[in-house]
Amino acid sequence: METKTKNYKYVYNRPESLVDKQTHYCPGCGHGIVHKLLAEILDEFGVRERAIVVAPVGCSVLIYDYMNIDGCESAHGRAPAVATGLKRVNPDSIVISYQGDGDLLAIGTAETIHAANRGENFTTIFINNAIYGMTGGQMAPTTMVGQITATTPYGRDPMDVGFPIRGCELINSLERPVFIERCSIHDFKNTLKTKKAIKKGIKNQIEGKGYSFIEILSTCPTNWGMKPQAAADWVKDAMVPYYPLGNFRDRQE
Amino acid sequence: MREEIIIAGFGGQGVIMAGKLLCIAAMNEGKFVSHIPSYGAEMRGGTANCSVVISDVEIGSPTVPKPSIAIIMNTPSLTKFESKIKPGGLLIYNSSLIDRKPERTDITVVDLKANDISEAEGSDRAANMAAIGKLIALKPEIASMDAVVTALDVAISARNRKYNDINIKVLKAANSSK
Amino acid sequence: MGKQILMKGNEALGEAAIIAGCRFYFGYPITPQNEIPAYMSRRLPEVGGTFLQAESEIAAVNMVFGASAAGARVMTSTSSPGMSLKQEGLSYLAGAKLPCVVVNIMRGGPGLGNIAGAQGDYFQATRGGGNGDYRHIVLTPASVQEMAELTVLAFDLADEYRITVLILGDGYLGQISEALTLPEPTGKVFEKPWALTGAKGREPNKIASLKLVPDHVLEEMNLSLERTYNEISSRECRSESYLTEDAEYLLVAYGTSSRICRAAVNELREEGVKAGLFRLITAWPFPAAALKRASLKAKKILTVEMSLGQMIEDVRLSVDNPERVDFYGRSGGMLPETEEIKRRIKAYGN
Repeated sequence: METKTKNYKYVYNRPESLVDKQTHYCPGCGHGIVHKLLAEILDEFGVRERAIVVAPVGCSVLIYDYMNIDGCESAHGRAPAVATGLKRVNPDSIVISYQGDGDLLAIGTAETIHAANRGENFTTIFINNAIYGMTGGQMAPTTMVGQITATTPYGRDPMDVGFPIRGCELINSLERPVFIERCSIHDFKNTLKTKKAIKKGIKNQIEGKGYSFIEILSTCPTNWGMKPQAAADWVKDAMVPYYPLGNFRDRQE
Repeated sequence: MREEIIIAGFGGQGVIMAGKLLCIAAMNEGKFVSHIPSYGAEMRGGTANCSVVISDVEIGSPTVPKPSIAIIMNTPSLTKFESKIKPGGLLIYNSSLIDRKPERTDITVVDLKANDISEAEGSDRAANMAAIGKLIALKPEIASMDAVVTALDVAISARNRKYNDINIKVLKAANSSK
Repeated sequence: MGKQILMKGNEALGEAAIIAGCRFYFGYPITPQNEIPAYMSRRLPEVGGTFLQAESEIAAVNMVFGASAAGARVMTSTSSPGMSLKQEGLSYLAGAKLPCVVVNIMRGGPGLGNIAGAQGDYFQATRGGGNGDYRHIVLTPASVQEMAELTVLAFDLADEYRITVLILGDGYLGQISEALTLPEPTGKVFEKPWALTGAKGREPNKIASLKLVPDHVLEEMNLSLERTYNEISSRECRSESYLTEDAEYLLVAYGTSSRICRAAVNELREEGVKAGLFRLITAWPFPAAALKRASLKAKKILTVEMSLGQMIEDVRLSVDNPERVDFYGRSGGMLPETEEIKRRIKAYGN
């Protein structure tokens, strides 16, 4: 890979924190994009050798196979508890809990809220794609009203199963988190904003500031039954109006 | 020698502590000892008791369903434990606070004005010491006075150790009381 | 020998964990083991450790998972209903080959039950309450001294075999105060090259139990776990045989019920009855060979439990002529009685 040619220099390369390996993600899936953003940021801060990614159940459970850093699997929903254990033992490590919507807002709600409330000094990347991907397209806590999934064949009925839960707003009710932002990767401009937000979250951790929470609206073309571009458009047109983008908290002291 | 002892009263009378004091003293004189408090839901409502076993041989069950000795510091505890004492056993009851006489005739009943003795020595909180002082006067094989006095340094928390002079006075006063 | 102190079982266990080098504790309150988290919350900061009260038993065992993955000596403790909640974590710990110490101070069940000591979780402890093909070592202390000594042992066994070691006590052992001589640290050191400490100067480490492709990788991992389990079975069976050599009547018990049995054996011997006691110190691996030896001369084998009969299945599987095996148990927090044990043994002779 490293074929150095005189008089040329690399202006762009695969991040060292990313493994040269084809992922199992579907075409148009957002995970690959976010993995790469995270890898770039770890490289930019020079913390690859301190980083540990915690991967709970969900499509991204195999993230540790794609990142060139230490990786820890966790049971469904328990990533914040596992991350707490890792970080408390080695406070110098850079710990990222990479959680999906079912993980973060259904089976692991308690673990997520309490880790955030303690102000654990790790960074949560929350991938919200409004559906359960790995298990085959069932309703998520963030599935949109009316959205058809494998377990809401008539569309999500909020009078039956409640309204989609807004993660950032929930975390924003707690005192200790230092950074809360909702981003999206449905277009290039927003992807750059997403990178900025993740970077802030990792920086906060390096500086020992405490818990950062970055929610990323993402795509699941396969389970939504859409082509990649249509999926990106659906994020913009259906999700963003319900899940407003922007920063909720950026505490700097 | 094997004595199975219940010490019972209301919360704050120091019955759990009295049991531990006895255990430490007996342990330091080479006895096998066990102490188990009433705990959890049973504790709520103000009554407290502990089961203490002191023995020359290893202790099997730490519970005391039928005590050979009962030290009873208040009326509800007398109601609860009087009928359970082994025939031929010993009952020391705190007649400073208990307003009725025990009914059993097949056991030795000892009337001890534990609070009065404590107050006479200058404390309203050492009735438990009076009970222990009396017990080892009646059953010197359990532990010696010296061992109990020495055990005070371990059994009493640092915060309350300043009261040990009075504790010792109460122990000895009850020990020599009639 | 060190100085004797009077200490409560739960606190002795906590102090022993610290002696063994445990510096991380995660737990959730439940009676009758509350003295363990209270003790750890006071002592761990004094020795530079971390105590954290988790939001649930499930979170606690997963914090243990994380801390163990990071290479630390770590412990959690609970009582029966909380142990049910921890089963998910125990299965994942087994799959990820992470060492840790878990304490179950058993109480009466099923359901909320009561808070008195009981032995109703034997099946859960020895058969594995979580999903999948796995085992963990189960130590069964019977005194405050053993609560401490077996805790020190538990941390070494956990690290040596990369396995969960469960200390299976009961509410009586947790609450009882007895004479204790604090154990010494063993000084054993275990390298943990697999720990997640950051991929500095080495390939990244991965802690995971997911084995999807190719088809046979999970079986291979399970076979490798089995080899470890077999090694443990051959090396780590522990038990005590008390007056069993000429015993015509053999009592089999563990924990608090074994204390009551020992008292019964002593009294029966004074009356000329040849009784003996076989006491488990490990419930898994089950000391089958030692039990078989201890039962050679026994006309009758009385299994005594604070349950309606769980360990008895292992006893029957271990001895020749299992029709000799009889049962006496009390349940729901009640204790077996010495007198009743003696009555039954004497009845066999008639």
